[in-house]
Amino acid sequence: MKKFVLAGNPNCGKTTLFNNLTGSTAHVGNWPGVTVDKREGLYKKCPEPISIVDLPGIYSLSPYTPEEVISRNFILDEKPDCVINIVDATNLERNLYLTTQLMEIDVPLVIALNMMDEVEKCGDKIDAASLEKKIGVPVVPISALKEKGLDELMKRAYAASREARNGVTVLEDTALMHLISDCRIALKHIGVENALFHAVKLAEMDELEVAAHPDSAKMVEEFKSTFNDDVFGNDFEAIVADSRYKYISKNYSHALTKKKSSSERKLTKSDKVDKVLTHRVWGIPIFLVILFLIFHLTFSEDLLYLGAGGVFDKDEPVVAYDIDGNVIENVEEDGIYYDEDGNEAVAVFEDGELAALELVPYAYDKEGNAIKAFYDAEGNELTVLADENGEVVDLFDAAGNKYEQLYNIDGYKAEIVLNEDGEFEDVEFASAIDEFCSEITVNTFFGYEESVFSPGVILFNTLDTFTGFLSACMTQALSGAAPWVSGLIVDGILAGLFSVLSFLPQILLLFLFFSILEDSGYMARVAFILDRIFRRFGLSGRAFMPMIMGFGCSIPAMINTRTLADERERTATIRVIPFFSCSAKLPILTAIAGGIVQMFGVGNADLITYGMYLLGVVTAIACVILMRATTMKGEVPPFIMELPAYHAPQFKALMLHLWDKAKHFVKKAFTIILASTIFIWFVSHFNWNWQFLEDEQINSSILAGIGGLVQPLFTPLGFGSQLGVNGWVFVVAAVTGLIAKENVIATFGTLGACLAGAAIDVEADGGVGAVAAMISGTGINVAGLIAFIAFNMLTIPCFAAVATAKAELPNKKSFRFTLLFWIATSYVTASMVYLIGTWWWTVFIFAAVWALVITAIVLQNKGKLNLKSLKRSK
Amino acid sequence: MEKKLSDFSIGQTGVIKSVGGEGKIRRRLFDMGVTPGADVFLRKVAPLGDPIEVTLRGYELTLRKSEAEVVMVEVKQ
Repeated sequence: MKKFVLAGNPNCGKTTLFNNLTGSTAHVGNWPGVTVDKREGLYKKCPEPISIVDLPGIYSLSPYTPEEVISRNFILDEKPDCVINIVDATNLERNLYLTTQLMEIDVPLVIALNMMDEVEKCGDKIDAASLEKKIGVPVVPISALKEKGLDELMKRAYAASREARNGVTVLEDTALMHLISDCRIALKHIGVENALFHAVKLAEMDELEVAAHPDSAKMVEEFKSTFNDDVFGNDFEAIVADSRYKYISKNYSHALTKKKSSSERKLTKSDKVDKVLTHRVWGIPIFLVILFLIFHLTFSEDLLYLGAGGVFDKDEPVVAYDIDGNVIENVEEDGIYYDEDGNEAVAVFEDGELAALELVPYAYDKEGNAIKAFYDAEGNELTVLADENGEVVDLFDAAGNKYEQLYNIDGYKAEIVLNEDGEFEDVEFASAIDEFCSEITVNTFFGYEESVFSPGVILFNTLDTFTGFLSACMTQALSGAAPWVSGLIVDGILAGLFSVLSFLPQILLLFLFFSILEDSGYMARVAFILDRIFRRFGLSGRAFMPMIMGFGCSIPAMINTRTLADERERTATIRVIPFFSCSAKLPILTAIAGGIVQMFGVGNADLITYGMYLLGVVTAIACVILMRATTMKGEVPPFIMELPAYHAPQFKALMLHLWDKAKHFVKKAFTIILASTIFIWFVSHFNWNWQFLEDEQINSSILAGIGGLVQPLFTPLGFGSQLGVNGWVFVVAAVTGLIAKENVIATFGTLGACLAGAAIDVEADGGVGAVAAMISGTGINVAGLIAFIAFNMLTIPCFAAVATAKAELPNKKSFRFTLLFWIATSYVTASMVYLIGTWWWTVFIFAAVWALVITAIVLQNKGKLNLKSLKRSK
Repeated sequence: MEKKLSDFSIGQTGVIKSVGGEGKIRRRLFDMGVTPGADVFLRKVAPLGDPIEVTLRGYELTLRKSEAEVVMVEVKQ
């Protein structure tokens, strides 16, 4: 099968052309060893199918960026049958610079003159035929966006691929040609392929070439010592670059007829948009508003601020009625009344006021009448409904008719639940599916009376309802199986899988918004606006986006670091992304902050939550500065980049992009994440004797045992040995948080119930009650609780994020170091929080230690102190 | 009059005379078309005063002042 490659500058429409040529056959992978996208697909309209590879967007074949090296090696080593060079016709001069380098390789070459429709719209003209004559390779005008000229392009490329082509150079008339020819002959002599290309690169003293051909490099050195140009001296790299551009402007500019000279041109639409978006005063505020809108549309549960604006009053007064529907004024505690539908209810008081009416539980018959007494076959009224095995006996009504099926208040099939004495207590759903369906209302998806959900939350709830339904079906299907089997499948496998998949809608939505910003050209401007701030931390303005995305979800944030050119900058950024507290960590913050306020009566829950966000950001900045000064040292990456013209993003490209990301994520969810989830489920549901435990018995599980063992390690963090026998609960909650950070609070509910000896509903109060139970059960102090939040925020993120980090980091070693980094940072920061919070004067000790560390690093970097030699001399 | 590209004020035009510096950054400048003889126009400065945006060879290029320091430009009146 023939193989064609697409090469061209970034933003020249390469990916659009690729998508339109290959359609659904495309698949995206990585180039070996680097995290640069590699796209491959099939073109089927030629006499034989053709494999098409999309090279990364590049400006040159220099050896400095991974993209350039990949492209260069691919063309030289894989020897494609044809190189299709996409040239942006609206920006001919700079785009042809790469063409002059591609021409030097001995490979068939075809030029696709893209965006011809744009050129014509401006009233300019480009004479493709005359360009073809000058360059000596086929030039085909196309419009990738409007799919014009693509068949012609592939026809010409297919024809070109059948004839070998020898490289030619545009440097023929320069003073260096003599040297280049000599090098070429010498290289050819030792059997090097593409001798011309290598000879030119050697003349430029290209790092890769000098290493590969040291003998010829010597020749260039010698020539260099005798050479002197008027303008450039003996700087060959400058002479070559300059000659290329000179040649382009001399020979190709006549093919272009401009309607007006550039100074007379009116402002384009893109210019007008740019004037506003990068405005000196409004640029940054506009950016902040856009950012806010993205997060609001993805995560807000109150899209229109109806609740906050007080449009709806949540607190309607509770009214009790008598059996005839008359309002009763003097309601007494625990008295029996009726609600507005005529159901019996108990009045519940809180702080001396009527707080709610709680329905008295009854079983119902087919017609929906409450059954207040059961009878046996002989017509005797029964109070004890259990037989000797504790099962419910056959029940009859007063007339002697047997109840075949009982129902609950909403008319769903129900079964009777008995208390310890075998008396009627309540009814429960007979079918898990019914139970699930009964809870779905329009509010589940779109919001409550006092709020409207954002699109992100609506999507989230839709998927959540669907996976919940699947779980209910599975529970139903396994109702006869052993408890550990249904536990493993429903609570272990399905719940774990679904908790990871439940992130998907919001991740994709976040991705969609950021892809729109990226494709429209705005992201490059964001980097332009913010570079000044980020340079101080040793990062470029581009690092801002992934970091801020971390507040939504670490996964898209880590993947988005691909826009960073520098490998070390990328690694440092990926490591600190989890410190930007993601939306799943928010419940931990609010629950514990609520618990602190309730139990200790100090502070303000919002303030504590906000403070923890701030702690995350400060830690991230400190860690970046520290890393850039030590292990991830490197110059601030250069910031010399094109600001592409704004244009509307394409729907098709966006969807293809999202599809790729979704596929990738789902694959991960089914492998590494699933395995880890099952493991955690297993150790929390079995004890050391391999006996299955219900959720409530987690305190005798293997996990609790291990938690107790490692508990002393957390003493400096305030939730270790000082908490006594129940102290392991915090450790265990942190471990279950690895599946998904929401689990920390769910586990608090389970563990808090163990400690308090009563069931706790975390859904009702956001986990505040559970935290309160944990506080009174363990005696942890405020500093310890805040240290616990800090630890959870900064430690290893959820498995899904860990898997993403593994894929995005350059190698295994770096990944292992990253795991270690997360543990160390969270441990150190949390213990600082605890110790300073408990004994304020320790702040001086920490200040002194950090001052020492920083001084050592600064001295080491200045070369005044050499720690390595110090070690050796010992 | 010749001056550094980093010292340009908004709206000034000129012709590049020489490109100094070394290694990666210098090569990057060449590859992006910052070579002697090219016309440049300083279009914009970022809200925080750095980086700058120039029009060059028919497109928009942004670079930091520290990187523009090595580019010497003959100012056109």
